[in-house]
Formats: sequence, structure tokens, C-alpha cells
Amino acid sequence: MTATTATTTGLALEQVTLEYGTGDTLVTALDEVTLTVEPGEFVAVVGPSGSGKSSLLAVAGALIHPTRGQVRIADVTVSGAKAAELARLRRTRIGYVFQSGNLLASLTARDQLLLMPHLSGRITAEDRARADELLEAVGLTAKADRRPHELSGGERQRVGLARALMNRPAVLLADEPTAALDRRRAREIVALLAAQAHERKAATVMVTHDTDLLEAADRVVHMRDGKLS
Amino acid sequence: MFLALRDLRFARGRFALMGTVVGLIAVLAVLLTGLANGLVNDNVSGLRSLPATHLAFQPGVDGNLFSRSTVDPALAQQWAKVPGVRAATPYGNTLTHAKEERSGKDVDVAVFGVEPGSFMAPEPLTGDPLGSREDGVLISRKLVDEGLKIGDTLVVERSEVRLPIIGTIGDVSYGHVAVAYAPLKTWQRIYYGLPGEPPQEAFKVATAIALDGEPGAGGPKAEVLSREESYGQSPGYSAEQATMQMIQFFLYVISMFVVGAFFVVWTVQRKDEIALVRALGGSAGYLVRDALAQVLVVLVAATAVGTAVGAGMIALLRRVAPGMPIAWAPGPIVTAMALLVVLGVLGALAALRRITSVDPLLALGGNR
Repeated sequence: MTATTATTTGLALEQVTLEYGTGDTLVTALDEVTLTVEPGEFVAVVGPSGSGKSSLLAVAGALIHPTRGQVRIADVTVSGAKAAELARLRRTRIGYVFQSGNLLASLTARDQLLLMPHLSGRITAEDRARADELLEAVGLTAKADRRPHELSGGERQRVGLARALMNRPAVLLADEPTAALDRRRAREIVALLAAQAHERKAATVMVTHDTDLLEAADRVVHMRDGKLS
Repeated sequence: MFLALRDLRFARGRFALMGTVVGLIAVLAVLLTGLANGLVNDNVSGLRSLPATHLAFQPGVDGNLFSRSTVDPALAQQWAKVPGVRAATPYGNTLTHAKEERSGKDVDVAVFGVEPGSFMAPEPLTGDPLGSREDGVLISRKLVDEGLKIGDTLVVERSEVRLPIIGTIGDVSYGHVAVAYAPLKTWQRIYYGLPGEPPQEAFKVATAIALDGEPGAGGPKAEVLSREESYGQSPGYSAEQATMQMIQFFLYVISMFVVGAFFVVWTVQRKDEIALVRALGGSAGYLVRDALAQVLVVLVAATAVGTAVGAGMIALLRRVAPGMPIAWAPGPIVTAMALLVVLGVLGALAALRRITSVDPLLALGGNR
């Protein structure tokens, strides 16, 4: 991996452009986006659906290479990395919180967390202790052995947040984490996300179309037609 | 196997269903293998137990050599001089019917005629050796099971040759008929087939010359087959084998498709979860290894259970239906079970290929 030292240890997007298709079908999902998130900072990205929010997370989360521009995740320049290197970056440096939790149906809450170290190799005693600590932090110690179908929507999302923190991510990305939740639970999750971001010093980006959830954010940026403002 | 085992437990109903199908196929494969082996035993165990390495038949005869070939027993002396041949002796083979004198019981017998005292003469398990009494025969255990015993006398149909039973040998048969060993001279009278004392020429006949050794060039003109090659000359042997192999072949193809189809459907259902694991940073190799382990667990477990059930059924069948030509054959059955597992994995590879093509971007919902 081509690693270069950068001015920030969080997340940095520099003039990132992402295009799909060619010619008449060319879609510019991201248009020269520049965004820097410091460790422990919680940034909310707001915009209507189709504005490019998920593309932003895909690029920031090393799921896809931008067409142009640079992405740095915790000192590592992503450009030019091969698929296997991107995968390693994802499982070691990035935490994702997906819409509606996105948990694996056959795994208990604890196993959802333990999957992360297993993807990198072996599960150690330290990993188990960390999983239990994180489940406690999100208030699910009593439900650690339940599978997703035995949990409520809010509980599933808490497990998803705990899983995202499992690998001590430098960058924490949340994709509409409150989409499937009612107002009260949505506020709880966002508050938890903000608290964990601050406490664990993760550069955190949450995209949402819900403007009611922004008071927990340190900074709010708006997105429209692939541009940040 | 982190995910594989948890998925097996979570979706146990579905996997149990598939495992049951594979297990039933394994049962069928075991029974078919046992049946194929039993048929081989029933057909050619008599030939397999011959101490000869080669048989020299009459040249220029087309097929069914055991019933069509005739040679002059005197050729044995010439064969004995051929380099590589340690011993040579005439051998006669004919299928006939006989009646037990006292009980009137009818039996089919494959009469093997050999020179008493030659390397082809069998050691009796019980009773006396061949040649200890004129026209005395040694009978296969199969005939003992049918109620014959030492001291009984078989009377051959038409030729009315009387064959006192003087001893028994192991369970050997030829062409699904129990074998009885007779002195060559007695065999020649049976082969002649008419009552009364046969003419001199009748005693210049045998089916083939049995050879021990690796015959080199320079022997009399003959169709020389190794013992194993001679099986194909037994009536129906090749056709039976071909039929059994065709059935087994289709069974393997079916199992490969069943396993392949199941894992393709399973993988398609799992597509979102595969995308999620890949988005979380799981490599394609991690997921493929995991899925392969799952395939192996299911196949090995189902095949093992199926084999155990099949073996139990063979043991039961042999007890309740002793006449059924089915035999436990560890070698071929192990091969068949290994084939089931290997072909199942091959079938599942079609599914595993799909894992590598799942786009991790699927895990991000909504519009991009």
C-alpha cells in the first residue's frame, strides 16, 4: 500500500470526483468534493436522496476508487490500492454503521462483533473482552446472546454501532443509521454515535436526510447534486 | 468456519433437508455398490478363485469362450514347455442340472473339471480331496446351504453320471450357478451329455488349458486370456457390469447437480450478507474458504450417515434374503463415498464462484 504521511490522522477527501457511465449516460455522483474530518470530530452530511451522500461514504470507506482526487484514511492514501488492500483497510481502519443495522441473521449480537477480528485472523481473549465492553457501552450486555430477529430495530442498530467500533476504527461512517427507527430511538442512536465518536477519537461522518438529528453533530455540511456546501 | 457453522445451526432445517437428500443418495450408492459386487461374486467368484494366471482357449472362437471353446487336453504338455509357464493343466467348464438321488432335489451346477492332484485341484474345506473316490465331487458352500451334504449323490440330467459328494469348498459360483469340482474324466462324461460309456474322442476334450506363470511366445495356437480378462467371457458379465456402472454414473451426476443447485440457491439468498461481509473487509478468499468448509461438513456428514444406513441395510438384507446377490465391499464403497463428496464439492464450486462476484457496494443502501 502506498502510505504517505499527511497533515491529518482522520479522514481527508481532496477534490474527489466520482463518475458512473460514459457519454450521454455519464452521472457525476461526487463533484470535486473536499472534506476533512479530524479524529473525534462528528460531521453530519445532510441532503436529499440522490444527492450523492452514499457515494461519499463509498469513497470515504474504501469501497470504491474515486474517478479523480485523493482519499486519505488515517495517514494512508487510498488511491492506487488493489481490491485486497482496500479490503484490509476496511477491516482494520474503518467502521461502518449501515441502514437498519445490516446484521448477519445467524450470528448472536456478540458474534456480530467477534466477526471483525475473525476476518483479520484469530479471535483473541482481548477481542472477547472488547466485544463485551462495547456491548456494555451500547447497553446490550443482557442481550449479547440474541440473534437479530430477537432484537428490536433500535437494538439492532446499537449492535451495528458496537460492531463498527470493534476494530478501533480511525474513521467511522454511518449511512442513514436512523432510517428504520422512530424519533425517540433515532435520537438515542445519534447521541450514542456522537458520544462514541468523541470518546474513541474516530473521525466520524454520518449521512442523513433527517434535519432533526443534527444538534449532536460538531459540524453540518449540506450536499446537493454531488457538491458539498 | 465462523460463519459456516453458525449458518448451519441457524438454517438447520434447510441444511437437514439437503443433507437428507445426499444421505439417501449415499444409501442408494452403497446398495448399488453392494449389488454390483454381489453380482460379480455370483457371476465370476468361481473364476476369481481359480489358481491359474491365464487360460488358453481355442483360437478363432467369437465370445462366450467358456461354453464355446474346446481344446485337446494333450496340449497341456506343450504349454508346460513354453518359457514362463510353471505349470499347465486342462480345465473343463460346463453348466448343467442334476438331481439329488435320495431327496429328489433339483440343482443347477457349474461343473469345473480338473485333473486331481494338479495345481488347479482345490483343497477341500471339509471331506476328502478330488480323486479320492471315482467321480467324487467337491461342492460349493452355496449347495450346502441348499441342503446338500457329504454322502449325498448327484445324478446329472440325461447323461445320468452319478456324482457322490465327497467334500466341500468355499462359496464360489459361476454365471450365478454354484460350482462343483469334478475330476476331468468325470467332467468329460458330463460334457459328452449322453447316457452310457462315451466314445474315446469324448476324453480328448477340455474347455481350455489352465496356465500358471507368464506365458512367453512359442506356445500352441490359442486365445490366451488372463484370469481377469476371462471374466468377460462369463455369460452376461459385461452386460451386468455396464448396466450397474451406468446406473451409478447417473446417480453421481444427479448428486452433483442436487448439491450444486442447493448451494447456488443458498448463495443467491445470502447475497446481501456476502456483500456485507465484503464491505466489512472480509476477503473473497475468506468467504470461499468458509463456504467450502460448510459444503464439506454437510457432504461428509450426510455421506457418513448414508453409508452407515446403507451398510446396515446390506447386513439386514443378507440375513433376511440370503439369495439376494448383495455383498459388503469396503474398497468400492469407500471409493463411491469419496466420489460423492468430491463431485458434491465440484457441484458446489458453481456456487462458490458467485461469492467472488458479489459487489461489496450492495451493503450501502439507498441512492448513491
